[in-house]
Amino acid sequence: MNIVVCVKHVPDSTADRHFEDDLTVDRVGVDGLLSELDEYAVEQALQLKEKAGDDTTVTALCVGPEKAVDAVRKALQMGVDKGVLVSDEAIAGSDYIATSLVLAKAVEKIGAESRVDLVMCGMASTDAAGSVVPAMLAERLGLPQVTMASVVEAQGDQVRIKRDGDAATEVVGATMPLVMSVTDQSGEARYPSFKGIMAAKKKPMATYSLADLGVDPGQVGLSVAWTVVEDATARPPRSAGEIVKDEDGSGATALTEFLAAKKFI
Amino acid sequence: MSEVLVLVDHVDGAVKKPTYELLTIAARLGEPSAVYIGGAEKADAVAGAVSRYGAQKVYVVDDAEIKGYLVAPKAEALQQLVERTSPAAVLLPSSLEGKEVAARLAIKIESGLITDAVDVRAGDGGPVTTQSVFAGSYSVTAKVTRGTPIITVKPNSAAPEEAEGAATVEPVTVTVSDAAKGAQIVASQPRQASGRPELTEAAIVVSGGRGTGGDFQGVEGLADALGAAVGASRAAVDSGWKPHTFQVGQTGKTVSPQLYVANGISGAIQHRAGMQTSKTIVAVNKDDEAPIFELVDFGVVGDLHAVLPAATEQINARK
Ligand SMILES: Cc1cc2nc3c(=O)[nH]c(=O)nc-3n(C[C@H](O)[C@H](O)[C@H](O)COP(=O)(O)OP(=O)(O)OC[C@H]3O[C@@H](n4cnc5c(N)ncnc54)[C@H](O)[C@@H]3O)c2cc1C
Ligand SMILES: Nc1ncnc2c1ncn2[C@@H]1O[C@H](COP(=O)(O)O)[C@@H](O)[C@H]1O
Repeated sequence: MNIVVCVKHVPDSTADRHFEDDLTVDRVGVDGLLSELDEYAVEQALQLKEKAGDDTTVTALCVGPEKAVDAVRKALQMGVDKGVLVSDEAIAGSDYIATSLVLAKAVEKIGAESRVDLVMCGMASTDAAGSVVPAMLAERLGLPQVTMASVVEAQGDQVRIKRDGDAATEVVGATMPLVMSVTDQSGEARYPSFKGIMAAKKKPMATYSLADLGVDPGQVGLSVAWTVVEDATARPPRSAGEIVKDEDGSGATALTEFLAAKKFI
Repeated sequence: MSEVLVLVDHVDGAVKKPTYELLTIAARLGEPSAVYIGGAEKADAVAGAVSRYGAQKVYVVDDAEIKGYLVAPKAEALQQLVERTSPAAVLLPSSLEGKEVAARLAIKIESGLITDAVDVRAGDGGPVTTQSVFAGSYSVTAKVTRGTPIITVKPNSAAPEEAEGAATVEPVTVTVSDAAKGAQIVASQPRQASGRPELTEAAIVVSGGRGTGGDFQGVEGLADALGAAVGASRAAVDSGWKPHTFQVGQTGKTVSPQLYVANGISGAIQHRAGMQTSKTIVAVNKDDEAPIFELVDFGVVGDLHAVLPAATEQINARK
């Protein structure tokens, strides 16, 4: 099997995140890391490889600035076989549409020699949180999508996943090649071992520009994005609320009074 | 005035509240048309429901051939409708399905997509959306600059406004490619009705976390006294106390109710991401340094097992 796992490099969500003057997310001036939710995708890709027990190759693919190589490196340390970073000045400020275009072209390039059977994604990036790139990739690659998997099973080229859909819990079946996304319910992601960290240094790592992928720079980036952010304002901090200490039932009474005053009762 | 297409959110023809919110928003942008993809036998019932919220037309796409598949056929159906009606915008619910249908549609019709809007208003160059980003710490306005604006809107983003609409039913025949039938739903277990409001749609949400110790009676009692939905933190879900569908947060549901009551929940960033935009926030926690207290309008430092039953009793006595 040939598996590509899409990993995004994102600003650390536990640190300060902010916008640049052009209202794009500041990705360069902040601490970044492999999007936590994409670790689950790496984990499931590695488990599929281990279960197949064959010469399956797992490639981590990232579109981002140069420093995004850290996300790919982390995936290599966790155990993927190869890394690909697509980085190009022109990509800065791309929206979902352009990002999915670049990812799709990169998947095609990776699959030029041997078909990519499975494109694995996280359930959402922790910065954009759109949960739309996997569906866009599927559309661009002309593939079925099985998304938001909490349980993943593969038997040859047959895939089954379980997911909590909007109104029902569903089992979805599809035949590879396909695009999949997995949730944080799919199983804890492994930590890189010392051995993994050492081995990662020798693994193949390619960096592509847009030219390498045959993508016209005029198709990507902020200036041609199909959506534009007009304004970004920090939410005013919530004004300090009233906090009472419960003593012999006073807390319940105060709570009831508050809810009544606000007309919730 | 141009049409604005609204994808009807429903379960077997029973129209869900976010549909009315979308129709209300659509009326700000143009003439609301509902798109119902479902069993044709329910079309009249759906038309009756959406006529009360201003739908002028109801396009009915019978789903007999497509309901067993995930997302892709619905995107093809919408594409054909967009080509036929040249709408001013397409509005979809910010559900899993709504977002993925929107994603595929955006590529198909080469149009910009905005997800998870919490407000949409008419602007000079088309709809202007408001989104809440970075776990609710920023508010962003944006618009689509290419093609037909496709916008997914979060539940509770508008108060549904009643308005009479003709709701003229127009059956539409769409062609669905074999390629779109690649992901087949082989089994489906509909969610059990809890008798409580749905989490994402509820006006009040009462949640419990690790601090409940697995005993949700106090949380549920308060929820019922307030007519609220019940939610849970991931710690409570991971402990097996509540199914994943109850989870509020980054990897669970995002809620934006009038009132959110967090009980025995510390207020981790991933939890905040799912509830920070609630209008009023209340917490009960025995640790006065719990980060959740930074968010609250009202907080009680105390044991939830004592506070919740007592408050519930007082609330029930007042009613
Ligand atoms: C990738 C990822 C995704 C995540 N997604 C989510 C998500 O979607 N939603 C989510 O909620 N979390 C999510 N988390 C987990 C999150 O980081 C926290 O671990 C989780 O929210 C903690 O749940 P909690 O507040 O119930 O538990 P804790 O943090 O353990 O807090 C329990 C609280 O209960 C209080 N308490 C204890 N006993 C009592 C009592 N008798 N009366 C009153 N108070 C009491 C304690 O003082 C404490 O503040 C995610 C984490 C990761 C890594
Ligand atoms: N720039 C990127 N590079 C690699 N993968 C990405 C990128 N953006 C999104 N993805 C993948 O798409 C998933 C969903 O992202 P999103 O639609 O932004 O929430 C992520 O979990 C990743 O697997």
